[in-house]
Amino acid sequence: MFTLANPKHFMAASGKILPWLAAVTAVLFAAGLTLALSVPPDYQQGDAVRIMFLHVPAAWVAMMAYGLMALAAAAGLILRQPLADVAVKTAAPLGAVFTALGLITGSLWGRPMWGAFWVWDGRLTSFLLLLFLYLGVMALGNAIEDETRAARAAGILAIVGAVNLPIIHFSVTWWTTLHQGASILKKGGPAIAPVFLWPLAVMALAYTMLFVTLWIVRIRTTILERKAAVLRITGRA
Amino acid sequence: MSALRRLVARDLVLAIRAGGGAALALAFFAAVATLVPLGVGPDLKLLVRIAAGVLWVAAVLAALLSLDRLFQADFEDGSLDLMALSPLSLEAVALAKIAAHWLSTGLPLTLIAAVLAVAYGLPASGTVALVASLLIGTPAVSAIGGIGAALTLSIRRGGLILPFIVLPLIAPVVIFGSGAVLAELDGLANGALWFLAAFSLLAVALSPFAAAAGVRLNLGS
Repeated sequence: MFTLANPKHFMAASGKILPWLAAVTAVLFAAGLTLALSVPPDYQQGDAVRIMFLHVPAAWVAMMAYGLMALAAAAGLILRQPLADVAVKTAAPLGAVFTALGLITGSLWGRPMWGAFWVWDGRLTSFLLLLFLYLGVMALGNAIEDETRAARAAGILAIVGAVNLPIIHFSVTWWTTLHQGASILKKGGPAIAPVFLWPLAVMALAYTMLFVTLWIVRIRTTILERKAAVLRITGRA
Repeated sequence: MSALRRLVARDLVLAIRAGGGAALALAFFAAVATLVPLGVGPDLKLLVRIAAGVLWVAAVLAALLSLDRLFQADFEDGSLDLMALSPLSLEAVALAKIAAHWLSTGLPLTLIAAVLAVAYGLPASGTVALVASLLIGTPAVSAIGGIGAALTLSIRRGGLILPFIVLPLIAPVVIFGSGAVLAELDGLANGALWFLAAFSLLAVALSPFAAAAGVRLNLGS
């Protein structure tokens, strides 16, 4: 774990596993999308239920990405690990995209089901705030010139903002307005038919692997960019 | 303890005297609260419903106006370095500055809001709920804003980025603050004030640590 935090070791190890990660992601998406399109239409929602397979995993990964980013930020602050700083900075835009994807697919699903693209419901509002938190971390990281300071400042904001995660998770219990309550992780097992559960699980895995793959690519790119910048400054390029 | 009190008193004097901006924040609050009825029309039924939301949003924006200089002025003239070297911990410095900001902004805003609430046609019970929610909630605005001010103190255009990074964190205060008033108006069980109090206590207790970490980072020590 700690030897991996050395950028040199990280580059070597991640370079080896990256093609495999990308391949697994592609296979999972192919399998997940095939399954998602082959399930029978829902007895109430019809074919619109298929939006679930794009929406729910995006929302999950958006929250998981924030949790990982906050953990990386804590590691960066406590262990003073430059690699953790890079991980925070690169996770924010990815998380923002998954959050936006969750919001967009959600509103496209809400239109036929609820009759509105958007409602000011607890889950939707707290999820919109998650997007703003991601954008705030990105803005703060870009506004400070010194790389290390920028990453640490963004890290503190990321950690403080993590209070929003439990609010999002429990929002459907606290404000019972329109978004449905917990359907998968709940007492007495999932309240969703097994035919729908399997494609959902595969898609969740596919989204997670996509995030991990893109995260590693971005971390590698940032390390390479910094190397290039150093070479340029020292005149060796 | 006396050093802490002195720091609060110094910051209060600086905020209240010319150039401090505390009075400007209050004027801004009153101006925004006056502009809304001109925009949406003088229908009192509508104004009663939106009073709490408008006054809460205006109060948060007014508080944010004066927040960006919370640490920046002392950072620029070097006072912040001296405070960092003093026996007082940076956490205590942050707490003192947050307290001074609340005393010079949050508290007077609450008092002015009581008058404006009457102008919006809020009944007495609603006004009491609004004043209580502002009294309980504005310390959290100052505290969370203090984190943002500390993180952005070295950025030249920090005044633009500060509201953006702080508003998502302050949103619960606005939700429960105005929610408490609406619940009172509708005669519903009012748990919002308790939730607001819990959030505010947590924010005031923990923010000085995050703000001090932000200051330390920007002082480069």
